[in-house]
Amino acid sequence: MGLEQKAGDLGIVTTSLETVVNWSRSNAMWPLLFGLACCAIEMMGSQSANYDLSRFGMEINRASPRQADLMIVAGRVSRKMAPVVRRLYDQMSDPKWVIAMGDCAACGGVFNNYAIVQGVDEVIPVDVYVAGCPPRPEALIDGIVQLHAKVHRMKLDGSIRQPVRV
Amino acid sequence: MTIEVKQFVRDLSIPSPGDITRPALAGERETMVLNMGPHHPSTHGVLRLVVELDGETVVNVAPDIGYLHTGIEKSMESKTYQKALVMTDRTDYLAPLSNNLSYVLAVEQLLGCAVPERATTVRVLLVELQRIASHLVWLGTHALDLAAMSVFLYGFREREQILDIFELVSGARMMTSYFRVGGLAYDVPPEFPAAVQAFLAIMPERIDEYEALLTRNPIWLERTRGIGAIDTESAIALGVTGPALRATGFAWDLRKDMPYCGYETYEFAVPVARNGDIYDRYLVRVAEMRESVKLCTQALDRLIAHGPGPYVTSDRKIAPPPKSEITHSMESLIHHFKLWTEGFKPPRGDTLAAIESPRGELATYIVSDGSPKPYRVHLRAPSFVNLQALPHMARGHLVADLVALIASMDPVLGEVDR
Repeated sequence: MGLEQKAGDLGIVTTSLETVVNWSRSNAMWPLLFGLACCAIEMMGSQSANYDLSRFGMEINRASPRQADLMIVAGRVSRKMAPVVRRLYDQMSDPKWVIAMGDCAACGGVFNNYAIVQGVDEVIPVDVYVAGCPPRPEALIDGIVQLHAKVHRMKLDGSIRQPVRV
Repeated sequence: MTIEVKQFVRDLSIPSPGDITRPALAGERETMVLNMGPHHPSTHGVLRLVVELDGETVVNVAPDIGYLHTGIEKSMESKTYQKALVMTDRTDYLAPLSNNLSYVLAVEQLLGCAVPERATTVRVLLVELQRIASHLVWLGTHALDLAAMSVFLYGFREREQILDIFELVSGARMMTSYFRVGGLAYDVPPEFPAAVQAFLAIMPERIDEYEALLTRNPIWLERTRGIGAIDTESAIALGVTGPALRATGFAWDLRKDMPYCGYETYEFAVPVARNGDIYDRYLVRVAEMRESVKLCTQALDRLIAHGPGPYVTSDRKIAPPPKSEITHSMESLIHHFKLWTEGFKPPRGDTLAAIESPRGELATYIVSDGSPKPYRVHLRAPSFVNLQALPHMARGHLVADLVALIASMDPVLGEVDR
């Protein structure tokens, strides 16, 4: 751009508004403090000392959906729980993201029966699916990094720039 | 040891959520109804409580369960006995190996199948490690609910070490499905004893560390002492088992009283307390972790002393032959094929196998109709039964104490709802 050269060493960085917004959104993404089943234990594991999710700016879990940006659906969603999950999602303020953690949240997992919703995407839109039963903390962290990459591709009008395929 | 069970008095009644949402009757003092959960950070999952409050005092509590109903018992009916094992991992997800053990013991009873010594020793060792891991999650989340964050971080540090051992033997951190009918899925690797020894060497002083943070901590004492107390008679009348029962002073532990897996040959104590309140339950569980360390040490010594040996029954009708045999033995190939396409057929009948899980008495009841799939499986889940003591314990305490009380009962909703 040339502005850096003209401004000299004044500590000024030039960038686009989009980049700044996306940078701040992805680096302080607060998950909803919300666990359903087994995967919630691995989610706790990934927040504890060994895996330390706070390296990615995600250590503050918000118990109120109004203050949360990200819902990690950690576990199986039963028919009785599905309306509650939907309501929590509706209460979250935009922009909001969803990670379906584990096979149950992604597709029903081993429970193909009357009680379990066959994938939480029947109820709410999902951004990233993390496979595993339960996924290791590394897998969840990878899912979160993928989500951050997706946030970085967001445009200000809310649409998402498709990744360049080589 | 007999105890006279008290008559079922009103005090022990378990209200249903519908009882509480009624408006206050004329002449009665007006109370407030508060809904807690299913999304609440301190309900340890998806438990919903309908709480009737007089100011801040809890008048009545009605647990509303079923938000995690998974149909596990029903699903097990449509799977062969080997495949139904996978379902048991996912009931009490803090102690999958305890569930595995209860299930395989029940199936082995049905079949009348003998288990090699080595497999039994490894089972005891791993189940006791699982007890420590489960208690660590309880300790961490209980302390977290009462705003002591360090204990959570410390507890999960040691839990990771146990999960590494599980991963070493089975390839999975949590849902191991490592115990199989007739023995184990595979033998423990050569690195196993060293990994367990390394853990057992550090664990006693780590427990001291947790106790240094909590046992004489004035805030912890204030929040837990004298709160949510239950006496032995009421606890038995409500079916409470596990650490919550032992905290009332009644030394009932299936490992001592109805031994399985050769627990009668191990030396360990059953920790008890006196008052049955939250603090006593804390003391009992912490003492249990120390006893589990002793049990693990004994089991590991036996494992090393006995040396290598069979880890699964040699009955080819129950356990598959090793892969190396399949390539050159026609009979082995047939056994393998029959086991994985059809499964084994236990005789008609029913059986019950009860074990002492970290939460209390866990029993698996199986009805067999002689087919390769169970006709009915029922799990006697300790969390589910213990939860019905919650209204009795909570009445008269503050709403903030309810948080501590739920944590001290250590319910796992996967097991409550199944």
